[in-house]
Amino acid sequence: MTQVAPASASTKSIGEVLLKIEDVSLSFGAVHALSEVGFEVRDREILAIIGPNGAGKTTMLNVLSGWYGPDQGGIVFKGVRRRRLRPHEAATLGIARTFQNVALFKRMTTLDNIMTGRHLKMRTNFLDHALYWGRAEREEIAHRETVERIIDFLEIEAIRKVPVGRLPYGLQKRVELARALAAEPTLLLLDEPMAGMNSEEKEDMCRYILDVNDEFGTTMALIEHDMGVVMDISDRVVVLDYGRKIADGPPDRVRADPAVIAAYLGVAHADA
Amino acid sequence: MDILGALLLKPFADIGGSPLFFLEVVIGGVLTGVMYSLVALGFVLIFKASGVFNFAQGVMVLFSALTLVGLMELGVPIWLALIATILVMIALAFAIERLVLRPLVNQAEITLFMATIGLTFFLEGFGELLWGANVKKLDIGIPDRSFDVGGILVNEFELFAAGIAALLVAVLAVLFQRTKIGRALRAVADDHQAALSVGISLTSIWVIVWAVAGIVALVAGVMWGGKSGVQFSLSLIALKSLPVLILGGLTSVPGAIVGGLVIGVGEKIAEVYWGPYIGGAIENWFAYMIAVAFLLFRPQGLFGERIIERV
Amino acid sequence: MFYRESGHFRTTYRADQAIFPIVQDRWSVAAIAVVAVVAVPWIANEYWLQAILIPTVIFALAAIGLNILTGYAGQLSLGTGGFMAVGAYATYKLTTFLPEINILVMILVSGFFAAAVGILFGIPSLRIKGFYLAVATLAAQFFLVWIFNRVPWFYNYTSNGMITAPPRTLFGVALTGPHASAEVRYLVCLAFLIVFAYLAKNLVRSATGRSWMAIRDMDVAAEIIGIRPLRTKLLAFAISSYYCGVAGALYMFMYLQSVETLAFDVNVSFLVLFMIIIGGLGSIMGSIIGAAFIVLMPILLTNVPRLLSVQIPVELAKHGEQMIFGGLIIFFLIVEPLGLTRLWQIAKEKLRLWPFPH
Repeated sequence: MTQVAPASASTKSIGEVLLKIEDVSLSFGAVHALSEVGFEVRDREILAIIGPNGAGKTTMLNVLSGWYGPDQGGIVFKGVRRRRLRPHEAATLGIARTFQNVALFKRMTTLDNIMTGRHLKMRTNFLDHALYWGRAEREEIAHRETVERIIDFLEIEAIRKVPVGRLPYGLQKRVELARALAAEPTLLLLDEPMAGMNSEEKEDMCRYILDVNDEFGTTMALIEHDMGVVMDISDRVVVLDYGRKIADGPPDRVRADPAVIAAYLGVAHADA
Repeated sequence: MDILGALLLKPFADIGGSPLFFLEVVIGGVLTGVMYSLVALGFVLIFKASGVFNFAQGVMVLFSALTLVGLMELGVPIWLALIATILVMIALAFAIERLVLRPLVNQAEITLFMATIGLTFFLEGFGELLWGANVKKLDIGIPDRSFDVGGILVNEFELFAAGIAALLVAVLAVLFQRTKIGRALRAVADDHQAALSVGISLTSIWVIVWAVAGIVALVAGVMWGGKSGVQFSLSLIALKSLPVLILGGLTSVPGAIVGGLVIGVGEKIAEVYWGPYIGGAIENWFAYMIAVAFLLFRPQGLFGERIIERV
Repeated sequence: MFYRESGHFRTTYRADQAIFPIVQDRWSVAAIAVVAVVAVPWIANEYWLQAILIPTVIFALAAIGLNILTGYAGQLSLGTGGFMAVGAYATYKLTTFLPEINILVMILVSGFFAAAVGILFGIPSLRIKGFYLAVATLAAQFFLVWIFNRVPWFYNYTSNGMITAPPRTLFGVALTGPHASAEVRYLVCLAFLIVFAYLAKNLVRSATGRSWMAIRDMDVAAEIIGIRPLRTKLLAFAISSYYCGVAGALYMFMYLQSVETLAFDVNVSFLVLFMIIIGGLGSIMGSIIGAAFIVLMPILLTNVPRLLSVQIPVELAKHGEQMIFGGLIIFFLIVEPLGLTRLWQIAKEKLRLWPFPH
């Protein structure tokens, strides 16, 4: 990571709007996965997206990472409005993500997985790679150094050469975070980074998320079900329910919002 | 320009010039298509129930027909030979389940696929070792002659074969939809884990589908062998069921049937009208080309379920 | 005890990224290469070279090609025979059209024709996967063989439809044709294998190889990282077909010397697929081991009874061989689905600890 700077202070300054989602709607057949959802993500912020199962959280992330194109609405990223992003466009713009059910390259080693995260930073082509000596090797070593720094940072040195398919779930989640970080993203999308973890692993993961945000200034949007975690680490919370945004604000205020409480406790909906 | 004319205009002129003959070609195609459907059907059964891409389906056609003819040559009456062959195919299903499928359970798809290629080699060698490799005549008492229906020549044997195939499909449909075994089969096809958890025995289901596929192969083998003799090329013709499968979708029974008909008719028309202009023998690859061209527009096949990729 | 990793400290990333990071491995591979290049042509007789070594080396090259596509990029292909045919016929046309240009150059050029055809038939891979793609590649196999069979231009209108390697030389040494010695042909093929195996190893250990494996293991995640699926898959098809094309050209010019399209039929595709499965998917070394195994097996099956002086009727031997071949394939898949290279790795792990069990 070239922009690694010593953590200035724990008081961070949340900056300008980095990403603006403008009334995004998306339906699959008759299912309205998202209905006119709009919110903003500010620079250096940790935004949590919460909501009951089937609320459209993952769909939102899929729109942001370019997997789905919205039926309506648009995405403004770094001041440029787009109707939809293509996956590689999103990646080129500096959006990286992790997946709900770990999407690692199972038969590749931890090291190779993270190196793959640097794909878009690589400048050599396949002819360089075939010859290896020279350009390709120099580039490989340069990127290896960056990757090793991330490995150090996430404390996964010992599993460098282990195929990730053999790792326990908690470590896989960490490798996936490492792979996303390797792309040096401006915006990092985390889909349930703590799902299926015990409380100790959760604490570790929280620490890593806060450290990444702090040290690299990475903006994050994360989906999480554990309310304790959400209240602890996020600067702001967006609540989705049945594909609609029902609340948006600082954690404390969202927690007290009657609409949010109703959604979680299952008060009958009056929707169409 | 000549070649373009030959490819784009002449065949259509030929078709328009003699619509009755065209109809004959189409009917001939339908009847061949039915045979493709039969082989493809056995294949779909196995793929649905065990997720195995059974490359050996073609050689099972050859093996069953060889066994039947071999027994008949030994002087066994046809009905007894049929029963014996069915028993052999059931025994084969047991052996395959025991010796190939069970030890390879939970392996990657490609490993199982490779195993069925190994099985293909094995069965080919085994069948010819037992019964010899020369062409055998299979006479099941249906004359291979054509008769005239309103000016169109229809082959009696092919018509009979189509009838049998239709009957078999109907029987299988009933088996699938109306019986307890059928329900278990559909459950396994849907979700192995869930089926296991409600007490369906996977191994017995596998034996059943492989046995049924073996019997379907036997029917196909009898039909084809009766038409053109039982010989090695039978397993090559059966390879044609592969484009049928990708056209129809690997898991769809109606797909296998419709796909077989489409390929049968398409191939016949292409061979009769286009073949002469581009060197002939195009039926070797034409079916594959139809299937590939089709897949570019509808990757899931005719009746396959649309795959929405979730992340 | 003698073979171990401990004590070898790799202090640079460069050393850590070497092809054979362990000293003993480096030496043994170098030793094998020296033996193959220097000693084998001296020792081996005509039969060994022609029946075993030359086909092994050529098939190893084709297997590396298929392994790039199937083992690394995860795209199952049954069209290997067809792509090999493209290389063979392209070389034939090129060298009969421009006889003054060296045959080795033409073999290398013919690979590009195979690559182009590979790209063409790889296009469906964007939309279809797995077995559907496998069947689509069969289309390539049947179509290519058909076209080389049916269009007389490809075989220069010879009356029997066969193509025969014309005599070609390099610095006065006959490389192809009736006067080319088995030693020369073996060394030419071996040179191709060593160079191309090295290039392939480099490809798969760098970013190109990682993008292939990423597509193979989890295409969705790969795409979101910014790997373009079509470009990556087509590159795999192109390089794989290039390798197969060169192998096909060698197969025709250095091994069979006179072929018809039957030499490239669908069985060749299966044979090469067997090689990579038995050798090990996603392993360059495994491709070579698998090729040796598949070439040797039928020879052993014919010769073992002869050595034991057991008389077997020809028919029985032929079908028996087929059965044993099929049975052995199944047996190997059951015993070690990851291939011979995995067995080799396990042996190495044991050796590392020897004489202690754990």
